[in-house]
Amino acid sequence: MSQFALKTALPGYLLDEKKRIEAHARDYGLDFFPVLFEMLPYDHMNEIAAYGGFPSRYPHWRFGMSYEQLSKSSEYGLSTIYEMVINNNPAVAYLLEGNSLIDQKIVMAHVYGHVDFFKNNFAFRATDQGKDAETGAPIRKWIDAMANHGSVVRRWSNRVGIEKIETFIDDCLSLENLIDPHRPLTRVATSHERASEHKDYDAPAEELPRLKVDRDYMEHYINPEEFLEAQRKKVEAEAQKAKRTPEEPDRDVMGFLLEHAPLEPWERDVLAVVRREAYYFAPQAQTKIMNEGWATYWHSTILTERAADGSEIVDYADRCAGVLATSPTQLNPYKLGVELFRHIEDRWNKGQFGKEWDDCDDLTLRQGWDRRLGLGRQKIFEVRALYTDVTFIDEFLTPDFVIDQKLLSFGYNPKNDRWEVESRTFEAVKQKLLFQLTNAGNPVVSVLDSNHENRGELLLTHDHQGVDLRQDYAQAVLGALQRVWKRPVELQTSVEGKPVALRYDGKEHSAKA
Amino acid sequence: MAVTFRAGYNQEVSLRVDQDHARFKHIIRGKIRQNLRRYISKGELLGRQGKDTVSIPIPQIDIPRFRFADKQQGGVGQGDGEPGDGLGQPGEGQGQGPAGQGEGEHVLEVDVDLQELAQILGEELELPNIEDKGKSRIEQVKDRYVGLRKVGPNSLRHFRRTFRQALKRQITMGTYDRARPVIVPVRDDMRFRSWRTEVEPVANAVILYMMDVSGSMGDEQKEIVRIESFWLDTWLQSQYQGLETRFVIHDAVAREVDRDTFFRTRESGGTMISSAYKLAADIIEQDYPVSEWNIYLFHFSDGDNWSVDDTLLCVQLLRDKLMPAANVFCYGQVESPYGSGQFIKDLHEHFAGEDKLLTSEIRDRDAIMDSIKDFLGKGK
Repeated sequence: MSQFALKTALPGYLLDEKKRIEAHARDYGLDFFPVLFEMLPYDHMNEIAAYGGFPSRYPHWRFGMSYEQLSKSSEYGLSTIYEMVINNNPAVAYLLEGNSLIDQKIVMAHVYGHVDFFKNNFAFRATDQGKDAETGAPIRKWIDAMANHGSVVRRWSNRVGIEKIETFIDDCLSLENLIDPHRPLTRVATSHERASEHKDYDAPAEELPRLKVDRDYMEHYINPEEFLEAQRKKVEAEAQKAKRTPEEPDRDVMGFLLEHAPLEPWERDVLAVVRREAYYFAPQAQTKIMNEGWATYWHSTILTERAADGSEIVDYADRCAGVLATSPTQLNPYKLGVELFRHIEDRWNKGQFGKEWDDCDDLTLRQGWDRRLGLGRQKIFEVRALYTDVTFIDEFLTPDFVIDQKLLSFGYNPKNDRWEVESRTFEAVKQKLLFQLTNAGNPVVSVLDSNHENRGELLLTHDHQGVDLRQDYAQAVLGALQRVWKRPVELQTSVEGKPVALRYDGKEHSAKA
Repeated sequence: MAVTFRAGYNQEVSLRVDQDHARFKHIIRGKIRQNLRRYISKGELLGRQGKDTVSIPIPQIDIPRFRFADKQQGGVGQGDGEPGDGLGQPGEGQGQGPAGQGEGEHVLEVDVDLQELAQILGEELELPNIEDKGKSRIEQVKDRYVGLRKVGPNSLRHFRRTFRQALKRQITMGTYDRARPVIVPVRDDMRFRSWRTEVEPVANAVILYMMDVSGSMGDEQKEIVRIESFWLDTWLQSQYQGLETRFVIHDAVAREVDRDTFFRTRESGGTMISSAYKLAADIIEQDYPVSEWNIYLFHFSDGDNWSVDDTLLCVQLLRDKLMPAANVFCYGQVESPYGSGQFIKDLHEHFAGEDKLLTSEIRDRDAIMDSIKDFLGKGK
């Protein structure tokens, strides 16, 4: 590429804007990693977007597929990618060549919001690769890490063949959502520590089976020391066998397979790569609403209060209206997030919180409630650090907000064969919303036993919360699991209210009640 | 004076994603191959044809994961409406499904080269490439601009090279002034584009479709012919650069029509196949010198002819005029509730052992694929 390498550096006028916007952002108290902006023509933008923002990933056809989709829709003018920013230290963000100046300014302000969020939200600590010894800043060299993953996979595919690798990656990707997003944040005890914790030293040693001895003096001959030793070993082995692996249901199915499945070296490497990347992307899935809401809050604050001049404000408003458009059948995370942040800011500015506020049910009093505390800004900064989407909604969604924002819950009505509005009540909306956000919208599935029925089969369980799994997909995933585990696999779930075990033995699918 | 040149990256820099894109296309190709029989018998690809490409709907390929059944889950949105109000059929509106469910649900449309499609067809049906007939080929003359010369008409003057030459001259003569960079070309600096005339051999082929449009050929029968001709066209187009198509319809009389009319016309009345063969012979004689053209004759009918005499006339025309001229003569008999299906038997009887005659009986849409193989499987 050298000779034709892209010139991605920002042109001077944008560099000036960048400096100004960065200064504004810092002034407002945003705290971010250094941000490198690069400018790309649309086809490279599509390419990088297809790779999830990373210039170098492992080879896989699905990137080609999303490139096809992105380039089609940008060529037909259906959609344009405005911004892309990578959770990396320093953060990297891309600007689309040919966008108008106001667009670029919005994107830059938006990006500073995201990078502040990456740096400060606790969930993103899971993506730390360590701490810088001198500055104490978190190390997040994910662009390098992804490129390294790429070379690991490429090296293996040179040795075992691209077809084989790609098919295996397909299987791994089917398991991509079977991780435990909380795991990186909890200190996991090593197996040694666990063992010592559980060991009960004071318990009386179990009686070893001895041969019957009628005369005491014969004891030494009939039950010699060696025999007793062998017996002791046997008992211990029995106890070990009775123990299940895993001891507790394990939501990190990928991690479990990595440790316990009979994998070839190349399979192990590939699975490890896919798992690491799944954990890298998990915090973004957990904080979609907050992250976009926060970035939107800041681009709108920076632009309207400082960075946009009078001639740009109409274009700015037009762009914002597009980004914040709502739909009855699709939640817009930008809109919901920014409105909720503003709602929180407003409440804390006016002191609409605490016991007194909660206990007050006088409508007029509540409407005019303003204690002039001015704590709003401070509160939202705190919220952006300490919450994820689930807790954010759980704690700050209020009945007033649901009414103001015209939130509704919808469902499918088989009688009319259409989607219908189900409810507008606070409880219904909140419940649906939380369900949709729990585990980033994925079913909770964990490994129960790796030696099911004492036949080395893998047993998983789906924590059924009222919504069935999509059956054809579930079967396909069981297929992938079986190919990784290399023994039959079984999933306990429920279908239409009845508990059922879906099973795949490598040849055919079966279901038993 | 600062001038910067940016590399035209669109052409020169290959994208990293190209390799993955090619892998994806490869998978798509496999999918198309798998589903080819369905595409053929449903006629799905007709009407999706652009100039050189066909847009093929691919049933979604995505990576299965444990996920919730859409219809049980529902979701949350923002907007007007009371409980019980409809939100439209799923997938309607601005193509937005409910949140978190939209991804991967839509059918992917992939553009495939007609050439590529022909290749897939060829692979799936194991069609041999068409052998060279050894006929003398039509030569086409083409002018290509390849270089520069010092003389030429002003309309072909190469502006940049002319000025570059002038700049070179001025620098060597020492008349170039950096402070005042004025460049004046003189006669000797002029550069003009020059061309070379190239002779390209062109393999030329013509397909002459004939179809019986008498009362007994119904819409379904015509649809079968339409689908089959699409694939025949596609394959032959991949084998010959310049492919022409002509259309003849007949009942008791024959006339030449355009493609559209060919597939739409419905006549009533009797059938005299000889009328079409006569017209075909005339067309060939007039427009397609046998020595220069690869001629493909396709005739579709339900096998009902007016009289034995007419059938004999057909046989005579075939033997004397059409067979000697054509690469192959293909007769496809589409099964119809009204046709007797006699004609194919007559042909077999009169032309036993004639290898230029290819016949195929097409029972229904599912038989189209086999019929294509009957016609093209010989590599002629």
